[in-house]
Amino acid sequence: MTTAAVAVTGPRRRSAALLTVLTWIIGIVFFFPVLWMVITAFKHEADAYTDPPSLIFTPTLEQFRALFDAGAWPYFLNSLFATTMSTLLVLLLAVPAAYALAIRPVKKTQDVLFFFISTKMLPVVAVIVPIYVIAGRIGALDNIWTLVVLYTAMNLPIAVWMMRSFLQEIPAEVLEAAAMDGASLRQTLLRVMLPMVAPGLAATALICVIFSWNEFFFSVNLTASQAATVPLFLVGFMTSEGLYWAQLAAAATLASLPVVLAGWVAQKQLVRGLSMGAIK
Amino acid sequence: MTTDVATTAVPPRPATPSREPVRSARREGWRRRAPLLPALVFAILVTQIPFLVTLWYSLNSWNLVRPGSERFVGLSNYADVFADRVFRQAAFNTIVITAGCVIVAMLLGVGLALLLDRRFVGRSVVRTLIITPFLIMPVAGALVWKTTMLDPLFGIVNFVLSPFGAGDYDWTSSAPLVSVIAALVWQWTPFMALLVLAGLQSQGRDVLEAGQIDGAGAVRMFRSITLPHLRRYIELGVLLGAIYVVNTFDQIYIMTQGGPGTASANLPFYIYQRAFLGFDVGQAAAMGVVVVIGTIVVATLALRLLFRSFAQEDR
Repeated sequence: MTTAAVAVTGPRRRSAALLTVLTWIIGIVFFFPVLWMVITAFKHEADAYTDPPSLIFTPTLEQFRALFDAGAWPYFLNSLFATTMSTLLVLLLAVPAAYALAIRPVKKTQDVLFFFISTKMLPVVAVIVPIYVIAGRIGALDNIWTLVVLYTAMNLPIAVWMMRSFLQEIPAEVLEAAAMDGASLRQTLLRVMLPMVAPGLAATALICVIFSWNEFFFSVNLTASQAATVPLFLVGFMTSEGLYWAQLAAAATLASLPVVLAGWVAQKQLVRGLSMGAIK
Repeated sequence: MTTDVATTAVPPRPATPSREPVRSARREGWRRRAPLLPALVFAILVTQIPFLVTLWYSLNSWNLVRPGSERFVGLSNYADVFADRVFRQAAFNTIVITAGCVIVAMLLGVGLALLLDRRFVGRSVVRTLIITPFLIMPVAGALVWKTTMLDPLFGIVNFVLSPFGAGDYDWTSSAPLVSVIAALVWQWTPFMALLVLAGLQSQGRDVLEAGQIDGAGAVRMFRSITLPHLRRYIELGVLLGAIYVVNTFDQIYIMTQGGPGTASANLPFYIYQRAFLGFDVGQAAAMGVVVVIGTIVVATLALRLLFRSFAQEDR
């Protein structure tokens, strides 16, 4: 990183080039399973399992078409609904809470933060049995709203921590100035604070979207036919596993696409989100 | 640092003996607390209440497929759990999977971060390639690993290893834990790399340049300047990674179903089996409670660390 400042000599340049090649190779190796998944998705089934693996084949969209004939739509709509609703709910609950913890701190702020994060550490297996039994009694099994509620609870602690760290960055002077100018609370929130934390809101939403779109455990245990999400659609291929690789690869590609694209676009926010706001 | 702000914000007026300031202070307190309450109440309702119910279930013998079989049995579920050989194995597997994944992913992550922390052609492209495994839906990633990567006959891994005489090695049944850990490491290395890279990029240039001027070699610089600086980031990565990896379910469900036998079942998967395939509510609940107690011990240590990280950040 500091090589630019140093005079670049012959052997140094060669070793830098070697490192670059090495980095590229590792990057490609890491990406390879994804690449192979996408390639397989465009194959005919007969080309999908050959020994040695084949790179030369006639690409086809047949697999993607077949997915929608196989009834992929309801799964995607369920995932979309659960992801969107839970993310909105999380923001609705987390932003005021983070405000209370960052801007106008309540007593025992540390305890409250501790409590939130401890709910994240509670293993889900420890609560799945009662959730299943209770949901069964109130008729909430196989209901998409059950997933919305659980995904909200799952992401709430992360969102509170993240939003608190973003709100803390607003300089106190800015808020004082707004108060001095006679801005109401509403005005301060909407005109002053919102624009400043907009990137933070986006980062928080991104993390919530990733975790709820990819969630499997609650979905497999609490839904069946009506509310099943995309991961369950993929699992459906396991029964005939080994026979329909190309079909499976197409489904896996399509299922991963939304989150992969979102993550690519928002790489910078990703780091901060994954560290719950600790790393800027 | 925040608590003093809260107490001094309400100016105490010792001169007025009336009750008015007390009441307004209390009102002010509630005004401050109000925005926090919905989130708190929600979290308590959805996470704490079910856990209390789990505690109650763990003291009962109850099989879901036999209605009316519910009866209070005290601590006998716990006695059964500790006597259960499979439970102990699942606990051991959980530790192996978590430690194996977190350690390997962190080592790879540090290496990758060091490689990425240089200027070179296509840097942002390589970074994008490397973070992708973390974004892939875990169920999709696990399926891809089980089929196109690790399949004994048509898998890429055996194809690549064939010059070394790998033959038709059946990874997911002959080496189930290694297979699961491989898929997990693939998923979590990008996470570690991103965190460590952020740490590297926050290093003060002046310190590094001073080191170079003092004639410190690359290895020396890494060990005495970079590594101490990275420590906080590595700790954070290990901790957050461990929180998620302990709960691994998807990869095991897809790749091995906990098998062969129970060779690769971890605690989440074994509890799932007992609850949803065995319908044994009492035992599953007791195991859940044991897992929580274990987690609390580890988490308490971990949280202290996390708070230290944040405290430094706040300064």
